[in-house]
Amino acid sequence: MVARAAREIAPGMVVNLGIGLPTKVVNHLPADFPVCLHTENGMTGIGPALSPDRADRNLIDAGGAYVTPVPGSAFFDSATSFAVVRSGRLDLTMLGAFEVSETGDLANWKIPGKFSPGAGGGIELAQKARRVAVLTTHTDRAGNPKLKQTCALPLSASACVTRIFTDLAVIDVTPDGFALTELAEGTSPEDVQRATDAPLSIPDAPIPTF
Amino acid sequence: MRLPDKRTSIEAVIAHIKDGDSIMVGGFGVPGTPMTLIRALVAHGARDLTLIKNDANEPGMGIDHLLQSGQVKRLITTHLGLNSHAIGLMNSGALEVEFNAQGILAERIRAGGAGIGAILSDIGIDTELARGKQVVEMNGTPYLVEPALRADVALIHADTADPFGNLAYVATAQNFNPLMAMAAPLVIAEAERVVPLGELDPNTVHTPGVFVDHVTELPEITEDYAVVRR
Repeated sequence: MVARAAREIAPGMVVNLGIGLPTKVVNHLPADFPVCLHTENGMTGIGPALSPDRADRNLIDAGGAYVTPVPGSAFFDSATSFAVVRSGRLDLTMLGAFEVSETGDLANWKIPGKFSPGAGGGIELAQKARRVAVLTTHTDRAGNPKLKQTCALPLSASACVTRIFTDLAVIDVTPDGFALTELAEGTSPEDVQRATDAPLSIPDAPIPTF
Repeated sequence: MRLPDKRTSIEAVIAHIKDGDSIMVGGFGVPGTPMTLIRALVAHGARDLTLIKNDANEPGMGIDHLLQSGQVKRLITTHLGLNSHAIGLMNSGALEVEFNAQGILAERIRAGGAGIGAILSDIGIDTELARGKQVVEMNGTPYLVEPALRADVALIHADTADPFGNLAYVATAQNFNPLMAMAAPLVIAEAERVVPLGELDPNTVHTPGVFVDHVTELPEITEDYAVVRR
């Protein structure tokens, strides 16, 4: 699924990869792929991550991982960093999710009473990136669907997600709700529907696999 | 003519801080966090502080020392995810926490530093972050009013400074530092190096020294600043 999500990145894009699974997308991009990766703490042009032994103590990404610059990197303050996000310069962000609704609402920052560390830059990424894709397991650890008719948890932003990559499928958020567009190898449309807490449009034509 | 020399000892500058002060602290994770000034503030002992910082560092690091010593009443921040101790204090009610969207915290501070009263933003307008905020309509679009933020003191970490307080940052240690360095009437900067006047190229200055009141050179780069091995 991570490799499939990486194919969503088109040459020339400015991209922010959220904490967790989305961070791994970078490992599936060819070394010479033309893309500009942005991180909230003030950098464009992120190169590969480094082990602590070889790290620069002043050079991290927003998740706290030690990273490297690439030729052409830039550093800037936090206001400039979010100007990138809010001004429409960020072509794509890939984020994790607790819940996504069939209208594209995203909840990924708070579980009242259990998990409330603050949203960091997540609200702005979800609300202002030109395209928001979610990369997540199809269900949570207890097996509960993450794709639902409506989100029960506090929202990060409403109607922001357009595509969801999971271990089972690629699903688009359309005006008519969730639409199955690709299937993981060995998965049936019925498997995906059973793990989804909202109606799924399933095309009549053969469904591509990944 | 020559520019004034603002070099001071750490103890002398921290002595300006009073009980109940609001204090901006630069840094995002370890990079840019003024670890030595924070240690000096712990030793100084001022209480009932309001801290404004992007994050709460990690347990046993940075501003967590001030949380552990019970000097902080209120924290204005964006994310505590790497500090379980801070989350525990918040959940038990021992620490009052105000969460801001990260870029909005940055803009509120920038507005405070620029002498502007508030900004208008639609960030979080559909979420619980909008609760209790004034909404105004501008050109037909609703916006939240986000008040400018200033503090009594700003604690800044720079890579290089000169005696006038011109500051230059490196890599991702810049983050909130240049914004906070404009948003308080008492701005204290620690620098890894203080070079003689004229040696800092004016074209590479991030924070003009006119915003900075005190500069202190770090006697050593302690373990606090080192790479974190999690």
